[in-house]
Amino acid sequence: MGEEVKLFRSWSSPFALRIVWALEIKGIEYEAVFEDLSNKSPLLLQYNPVHKKVPILVHNGRPIAESFVILEYIDETWKQVPLLPEDPYERAMARFWAKFCDDKVLTSIWSAFIKQGKEQEEALVAAAENLKFLEKEMKGKKFFGGERIGYVDIVLGWLANLVSIFEEIVGLKIVDERKFPLLYSWMQDFAEAPIIRDNCPPRDKMIVKFKALLDAAIASSSSSSK
Amino acid sequence: MAEEEVKLFGTWASPFSRRIEVALKLKGVQYEYIEENLTNKSPALLNYNPVHKQIPVLVHNGKPVAESFVIMEYVDETWKHNPILPTDPYEKAMARFWAKYIDDKLWPAAKKVVVTKGEEQKGVIDEIEHKMKNLEGELKEKKFFGGESLGFLDIAANIIIWLLVAQEALGMDQILNEEKLPALHGWLQRLLDDAVFKECVPPKKRHLDFSKVKFGSSIASK
Repeated sequence: MGEEVKLFRSWSSPFALRIVWALEIKGIEYEAVFEDLSNKSPLLLQYNPVHKKVPILVHNGRPIAESFVILEYIDETWKQVPLLPEDPYERAMARFWAKFCDDKVLTSIWSAFIKQGKEQEEALVAAAENLKFLEKEMKGKKFFGGERIGYVDIVLGWLANLVSIFEEIVGLKIVDERKFPLLYSWMQDFAEAPIIRDNCPPRDKMIVKFKALLDAAIASSSSSSK
Repeated sequence: MAEEEVKLFGTWASPFSRRIEVALKLKGVQYEYIEENLTNKSPALLNYNPVHKQIPVLVHNGKPVAESFVIMEYVDETWKHNPILPTDPYEKAMARFWAKYIDDKLWPAAKKVVVTKGEEQKGVIDEIEHKMKNLEGELKEKKFFGGESLGFLDIAANIIIWLLVAQEALGMDQILNEEKLPALHGWLQRLLDDAVFKECVPPKKRHLDFSKVKFGSSIASK
């Protein structure tokens, strides 16, 4: 059966990385199309005219954008190694926490990294509050998905490698092992899982990229302040 | 058959809790509705949604679910008759994509309209029109986003009604005009005519008065 699966990604997008992980975990054959986001291809613009972003999954010529939407599509189309639980209530909990991870955790940690001064302080406080909820949700499980990596782990996976990069660049502790022991050990377990370890952007390249982003943010904020 | 206890915590003027009412009614699910006062949230609400302390919350046999799309998917998976989402995975993906677009892009722009003025407001209106044109592209010639009958995306698009009421309350031109957005215009009439859906919008006059107070108009209604 001819099955054509393409993933439009960039080398560093954490959202596209979710899809890489999902495809790899399920053992799905796919072609990765690397985009230069400063020079987007006509194909990308054609496949995602609304947002013009990666990731885009193209399955037998039909494009799907938005990482959560793609993850659910993958789980429903290739049923081996399910990412979401089977029980409707457990599925609802997974979806709830995934949304929380992006809307609250990612937003506050990104602000803690990219902002300065009072805004940074406030972001750090918000991040800690959000992380407390996640710490509680871990409930002594190895992964959010239970014994193996699931939907929420994949959605939160950026935390496992990006947070230490952010912490190194700004010299601040964002996920303190003493305050968040379960989350901290989750980060180690997740990063060390073979599929994740083998599908992560190079750390040195990431440090360069995010340091440049931070420098640009500081430059633009100091040039606009009086 | 086991006793089924379904409760919905919501507010009469929230499009998000109204979405859940549509979903439950479409499936004929019996539920107890609890009207919350958001300036004085009940202990039950805070207990059931400690993370966001928001409505809507669905509580099914004592177990709470929060976030309107999460609840809608839960309702669809628990009561399987009269499906709200398409069965085909690709069609499902499209419904989810556009529902997310509505909440992430259209709704924030709609909220901006009522707090901006002059040139800035005009820019926001152009932005909303552009986004609604995108939605029109998804609707195409269909009766509803869900096809012959209303579905997940139609329910998600209910916030358009809130935008229009806010515009009317402020004496603005309605953004959903037949000339610029013909397909959506027709869709809205059909939506408001639907027997189930029309029970799940706030009463017009009360909603208008509420919007006038909320968005600062001093013009009293008659």
